[in-house]
Amino acid sequence: MDAVTQFFQSIPYDQIIIQTMNGIVTGMILALVASGLTLIFGIMDVVNFAHGELFMLGAYIGVIVLGATGSFWLALILASLIVALLGGAMQIITLRPLIGRDPLTTILATFGISLILQNYALWQFGPSSRKINEPITAHFNLFYLEYPWYRLVIAALSAAIIGSFYLFLKHGKFGVWIRATTQDRVMAQAMGIPVPWVLTGVFAIGAGMAAASGVLFGPLVGVNHTMGLDWVLKAFIVVVVGGMGNLGGSIAAAIFISLLESYASIWVNPSQAVIVSFVVLILTLLFRPTGLFVPTPK
Amino acid sequence: MSTNGTTSQPLVLVEDLHTYYGKSHILHGVSLQVGPGEVVGLLGRNGVGKSTTLKSIMGLVTPSGGEIRLDGRSIAGMPAHKLARLGIGYVPEDRRIFRLLTVMENLRTGLDRNGVTDERKAALLDKVFTFFPVLAERRNQAGGTLSGGEQQMLAIARAMMLEPKIILLDEPTEGLMPRMVSQIRTIIDVLHRENVAILLVEQNVPLTLEASQRVYIMEKGQVRHHCAASEIDVHDPIIKQYLGV
Amino acid sequence: MKHSNKTYWIGFCVVLTVLIVAPLVLPEFWRRFLTEILIWGLLAMSSDILIGYTGMISFGHSAFFGLGMYGAAAALLLVSPPNMWLAIIFGLAGAALVSLFVAFFSTRLRDIYFAITTLIFSQIFYVIIFTWTEVTGGENGLAFSRPRLSIPFIYSVPFTTETLHWFVLAVVTACYLILRRITQSPFGMVLQSIRENEPRTRAIGYPVELYKIVAVMLSGLFAGLAGVLYAIQNKFAAPDFVYFLVSGETVIFNVMGGIGTLVGPIVGAGFFLLLRELLSRLFGDQFPYLIPLGFIFITMIIFLPQGLLGFARRWLNR
Repeated sequence: MDAVTQFFQSIPYDQIIIQTMNGIVTGMILALVASGLTLIFGIMDVVNFAHGELFMLGAYIGVIVLGATGSFWLALILASLIVALLGGAMQIITLRPLIGRDPLTTILATFGISLILQNYALWQFGPSSRKINEPITAHFNLFYLEYPWYRLVIAALSAAIIGSFYLFLKHGKFGVWIRATTQDRVMAQAMGIPVPWVLTGVFAIGAGMAAASGVLFGPLVGVNHTMGLDWVLKAFIVVVVGGMGNLGGSIAAAIFISLLESYASIWVNPSQAVIVSFVVLILTLLFRPTGLFVPTPK
Repeated sequence: MSTNGTTSQPLVLVEDLHTYYGKSHILHGVSLQVGPGEVVGLLGRNGVGKSTTLKSIMGLVTPSGGEIRLDGRSIAGMPAHKLARLGIGYVPEDRRIFRLLTVMENLRTGLDRNGVTDERKAALLDKVFTFFPVLAERRNQAGGTLSGGEQQMLAIARAMMLEPKIILLDEPTEGLMPRMVSQIRTIIDVLHRENVAILLVEQNVPLTLEASQRVYIMEKGQVRHHCAASEIDVHDPIIKQYLGV
Repeated sequence: MKHSNKTYWIGFCVVLTVLIVAPLVLPEFWRRFLTEILIWGLLAMSSDILIGYTGMISFGHSAFFGLGMYGAAAALLLVSPPNMWLAIIFGLAGAALVSLFVAFFSTRLRDIYFAITTLIFSQIFYVIIFTWTEVTGGENGLAFSRPRLSIPFIYSVPFTTETLHWFVLAVVTACYLILRRITQSPFGMVLQSIRENEPRTRAIGYPVELYKIVAVMLSGLFAGLAGVLYAIQNKFAAPDFVYFLVSGETVIFNVMGGIGTLVGPIVGAGFFLLLRELLSRLFGDQFPYLIPLGFIFITMIIFLPQGLLGFARRWLNR
């Protein structure tokens, strides 16, 4: 009995709860980033390699707007709008000419864009990190920690954004247009739906969501030109594990992986906790390649 | 052969149309016309290019040569979504309704257009639900849960939402029970009375000859025969020649 | 056909002669530069097997390249005196293991998923190498001395820049000829048929997965060899080379030069590296050369999908 009680006493419950919260927070942001990615893939069959850079750009624009106006919320809104427009422009200039070609060309094209954006950021802003200040600096007491309210706000906001997008898809004229285009692009056109613009719109929305995540996440880490890379990799893992094109799956996978990583970081170095996501990916590929959270594939 | 009943300008004019699918030369110079409010049949064996002709008119396939005119205006190469708004409705082979959208949402894809007042939308819905009461019953069900015949009705109703000048109907009776076939026949008549032109591709020869004013017969990517529907019947040697088994 | 075959071989000999003579006339910097182009060209060539011939875009080449490099490093550090052939063997072994691993997991996936998973795998290896400091030197990599050019038991002489260049040229040329032979063989034909129409190839009865795995391993081996050469030339191994950006740049070389041509990727590598050098000389070291190069890359995807070689070919056929 002693060994058992000792075991149960040694479990760091407080740490687990803290890491659960951390995991959920990171998971929600990752979910927001991954949603945009899986949306773009599901509807347009485009793998957007530049997604992480849109995230990064959002964060940088957030820094600038915050510096100019002092308002975090204005920064959030403006960054999302500007990057959404940029995303739309990107789609029109580089992806529209590639419609109908081998889908692998879009991977290459978006990869090229990601290189351009990354190096542009490096050039304009330099290699050192910038800071976005949290809009809410209050903390509450969680065990021996002062846990910032802001983190919970991020999680709630991300959930709100994803939720409102889901509602938008289910109701409203454009939601019907997007869903019709996803199911049968040809017939959508035959019904008068301006499919090329629907695609541009979807890309813009995905870009805006990435930018919003960037601004929301900014206060948690430094804003610098490589932040996109780490996130895009994780986002891709999430999208594959969740099932490509599956919005619900991506969200579930994002939270699942983030929780696992947070728990892992109790015992190992955070940079090694990253291995967790890799392991999950490998297991998924071995046993359920269409996605962990997808109903059993036929 | 000359036709009667056409006004000075046909609604849809196709002249010397050439279309390729990849490297295959499918249409070798198709010419036909449909007058306003006319029902015109397009007959021929499988693979002669009937569906391709419809798709070319609808802008789903870009022709490599020839002319297509709607109300005198050249439309070849215009994208399908513009043509739908100009008044061409399309009901494809195998229906292709949006399976994951509800019946109502399917209809909305055609209903939600610029410049249509709410009253007119309501009136259109009313009309369609009167013709197809089954759709009214199932309005909140997903399209994929409907039976074959119901899906066909939905496909036609959806096209009607566009208030089109012409509907391109591709093999509407394929795979349907006789009761449904006669319902399709009735719908074609109703549309004709509403002055909606129809270009009807069909394998069902008697139905086509009954419903149409004129028919074209295609073979190997070209129109080989053209006459008023009243001038031939099912047993005509011409029918045997181009469609016979 | 015979005629174009002759022109091909004449062209081949001309180019080869130029490359052999070059180090004798070029200043030191450009000698090394040329050698680097050859090495990156070999890497890009290996990637062409997958992209150009089998139709699978891979972002995993940095893993093969890096493991070849680290494998060579292991040989050169563990065995004294450093032996060139041992380095090659270790490097190839390392690359083979990695490519087997990657092949096993990724080849069952179709195109886009394959590209993403290879990318993720190359990052997995990056993280492992970066954090396993005791073995791999972590962030700082490993430094070692260059082995001597040796034919076992017969001959051993230190490399000079010229002899190193000729050695690399010999290896790359040999690889090119081997790869050319392979792509023109029945095996190569099957690969191309997989690229053209995979379901049909499968329906005919070919074990497509097996062919893909072999293609990945072949590609990995040659990429690893490029890594070994790089290690020998530069005397260090660093995790930067395992980062997926290297794979990305490789793919850029392929697209710029012309996929499916074997020679194209080398041309693409040369073009890219020369442009980069030019830009940094004109505008200074800090100039973000990847911005204009990125634009050129994207423009080429849209307007010149056959790459520089394809463009040249069309232009010559006018």
